[in-house]
Parts: sequence; C-alpha cells; structure tokens
Amino acid sequence: MFPNDRRYTKEHEWVKVVNGAGTVGITDFAQKELGDIVYVELPEIGRTVASGEVLGTIESVKAVSELYAPLSGTITEVNALLSDKPETVNLDAHGAGWVCKMSLAKAGELDALMDAAAYVTHVGE
Amino acid sequence: MTGSDIKKTPLNRAHREAGARMVAFSGWDMPVQYTGVIDEHLAVRTRAGLFDVSHMGEVSVVGRESLDFLQHVTCNDVSRLSPGRIQYSGLTTPEGTFVDDLLVYKQREDDYLLVINAGNTPKDVEWLRYHAKGYDLRLEDVSDQWCQIALQGPRAQTILEGLTPAGLSSMKYYSFVQDTVSGVPCVVSRTGYTGEDGFEIYGPTASAETLWYAILGAGAPHGLVPAGLAARDTLRLEAKMALYGNDIDDTTTVLEADLAWIMKIEKGDFLGRDALVRQKAEGLNRTLVGFETEGRAIARHGHKALSDGKEVGTVTSGTFAPFLKKNIGLAYLPIALTRPGSRFTIDIRGRSEPAVVVPTPFYTRAR
Repeated sequence: MFPNDRRYTKEHEWVKVVNGAGTVGITDFAQKELGDIVYVELPEIGRTVASGEVLGTIESVKAVSELYAPLSGTITEVNALLSDKPETVNLDAHGAGWVCKMSLAKAGELDALMDAAAYVTHVGE
Repeated sequence: MTGSDIKKTPLNRAHREAGARMVAFSGWDMPVQYTGVIDEHLAVRTRAGLFDVSHMGEVSVVGRESLDFLQHVTCNDVSRLSPGRIQYSGLTTPEGTFVDDLLVYKQREDDYLLVINAGNTPKDVEWLRYHAKGYDLRLEDVSDQWCQIALQGPRAQTILEGLTPAGLSSMKYYSFVQDTVSGVPCVVSRTGYTGEDGFEIYGPTASAETLWYAILGAGAPHGLVPAGLAARDTLRLEAKMALYGNDIDDTTTVLEADLAWIMKIEKGDFLGRDALVRQKAEGLNRTLVGFETEGRAIARHGHKALSDGKEVGTVTSGTFAPFLKKNIGLAYLPIALTRPGSRFTIDIRGRSEPAVVVPTPFYTRAR
C-alpha cells in the first residue's frame, strides 16, 4: 500500500531519495483525507528550505492543507502538471502526483523519518 | 463527544457498506462523500444524486390556533399556504435575526409540519414551546419518527415515477403529496437544497433502508449515485441557498441576509417585525452578496474582506464550484460595495486575493 522505496513524515509527506536528490509528495492516505484536490501551491525553484518548513499548500474542495519539507535542501524542480491537473495527486499520489524535487543539504536527516511499515502503523492509529 | 453520544440515522449501515467517508456533523455520524465531491456534484447536475437527510428535524404543530402561532413566530405569511403547499421561511428573533431557517408544510387546516436544521433542533423546539404558551395547539418534536431522503437532479422524476402511484409530473415546486413509495407510506415533496428539480421523501424510520435501496435500484439505469454532505454544500452554494451557521444566524437580519422575499410585513405582527420595519426605513449598512475570486486559492468562512486596506466584511461561505468551475462565495459587505462588478480583496492565509461581486444565484437550472 505504501511503497518501500521511500520514507514518510508524520504530516503525511513522502520523500524518495536517489543520489542525494529527493522527490517529495503526499501519501495516498493524505489525498483520501483531503478529497478532491483543486489547487496545489508549488514552491519556487531555487528556494532553500529547512526540514519542517512549509513548502506550499494543497487545497481540496473542502479543506486546505500545508505541505511541509520532509528534509532540508533546495528546490530544483516542481511538477508543472499539477497546475493544470491538480487531481493527479488524488489519482496517483505516490507516482505522477509528485510535488517537487530537491537537492539535499543534510545527510542523516532521512534516518529520522518513518519507513513504510512504521507509516502504516502511524495511519492505523 | 464520545462514540456513544453521536447520533446515527437509520441509513448509517447503508453508508458504511457503500464505503462512504463518514464525518461528525452537528452531532450526527454522516456520509461526507462516497466517490468524491466533484463526481457527486456533477452527477446531481447532469443525472441524479441521493442524499440521506434524516438528521433534519421535524416538528408537528396541530390545533385551532396553529396558524396564529406560526404567523407570530415566522416572518413569511403562512396564510398563503393551501393544503399540500410548502413555504421557505425564517424563525425570527425580536431583533429580526434568525433562530433558524425552515420549511413550513401545510397538511390540512390547523395541521402543519415544520422542517428544521439538524443542528438547531433542540434549540428550535425549546424556542417554539416557549412561544407557544397560551396558544390552543399541540406541538410535538417528531424528528425520531421520520427518515428523510432527497432525490435531486434532472432525472429525479423519471426515477421516482416507477416507485410511486403519485402523479409526480403535475406536482408544482414546493408542493407535497402523501402516497406510497415502493409500498411505503410517505410524504413526497417537490423541494430540495441543490438548485435542481427533485424530491424530498419522508418515511417512517423503520422503512429507511427499504426506501434507500429501492430508489438506488430504480435509479441505477439512470446513473443515480449516493451523494454526501460535501456535495450538498457545493450544490447549495452554487444555487445561492443559505446555510444556517455560515450565512445566517442570530446576528444577521432577514433583510441583511438578502431574504426580504420571505418576509411579509403586511401579514401583521410577528417576532422581529418592528425591528425589520425600522431597519428597512433606516436603510441597511451591509448585505449578503455573491462573489468570485480570480486566483486559485479558495476563500472560506471567516476570511476577511478588505477594501482600500481596511477590513469591511467577512466571507460566510466559499468553495470551488464543481459545475461552474470557478471559486465562488458569499460575504457580508457594506452597501456601497454590493453592486455586481464591485471589486474588493480577501485575506486568504495572509495574501490579498482579488474578488469581484457577482449576481446570484451563481447557477440556475434550465427549465
């Protein structure tokens, strides 16, 4: 249900790290909670963020939710598809619905995040 | 609120079996969505949707002085109703503000049914009982005896026709009949909270599942889907129908709320009449208007409206409108800013988003 190739935050973001670069999104659990997503406020490319900082917002018909940086680093790319098709996050939160990519600043931060098994427990609570 | 305090409608199991996402709403465990708010909203606008509205309250008012009493506590003219007709009205305070908005059904002479908001039922019943003292009538909270199911959309009549001998095609909007639906004795009214054609079906609580599944079955070939509270809210807002607690409450007068059409001063005295007559003579300071925002962010209840950097009003309801595909809302604004085309800004999470007043309703169905 939750892929093993990435780590998870308590606020329901995921980050998949390959060669020091992270791809960030929200989990399938989070998109279900939000309902139909109509707007994703993407971070600016080049922005440097600390872990836990607000990256942007994800707005559904009934609620708005803040997106938090799972790790510290610099935004290198954003998913332009989400400007036209924000519902992609609902349809494929772990894949095509990725929100942004970042280069990572601090090694070791990743270890503090949950793996898939721990995240399953977290949302089962 | 503990799990045991929350109330359940007779359709609770049906919603859970359908995989509905449930939410606590006004003390009730209710379905907020099944397949998704946008899907359900569009289904109602193009085919039909089925809503469990059994959480609504019903109060029976029967007796020789029931008309006099209802004329006293509501702002609309109850004497205009003939048996089988319904009117939208307000239960008003002496200040001309809202205790609740409601529907008044006239069953026969001296026999009325009031349909009130779920969250206001205990408050309304207490208010009604207090003001009924001295009137020759019997007042009864019959909410527990009824389930209520709303079938809404252009295909509603076609779907319901197969289940009832009642002549639906000759039923006028805001009228009702008593007849069977799937063999169950019901009240069927041509009313709704979506801006579409449709029916609200009141039946005995023991028959709720029978009615629900019968209608879903009859509606399947027509694309009928169950619809939840999220779609109920987006639909009513597109149709510019007020939501108590958001757009109207005991601080907003009937006139400020843009509901002058449900107020009939000439009918005689009623609670709040003096205050409303005075307000009309003096002129309003503010009124409820519809707006659109131009950006992607959605204005929500409580967001502040600004003009020239000053706070001038508040957003009472806001959403992305799934059929119109734009961001819409309602706000109380100063009279000077209420003409369609007037521009203002809304503080949405610290950013000033441009907004413009538009005529309402935002959506009107084709007739």
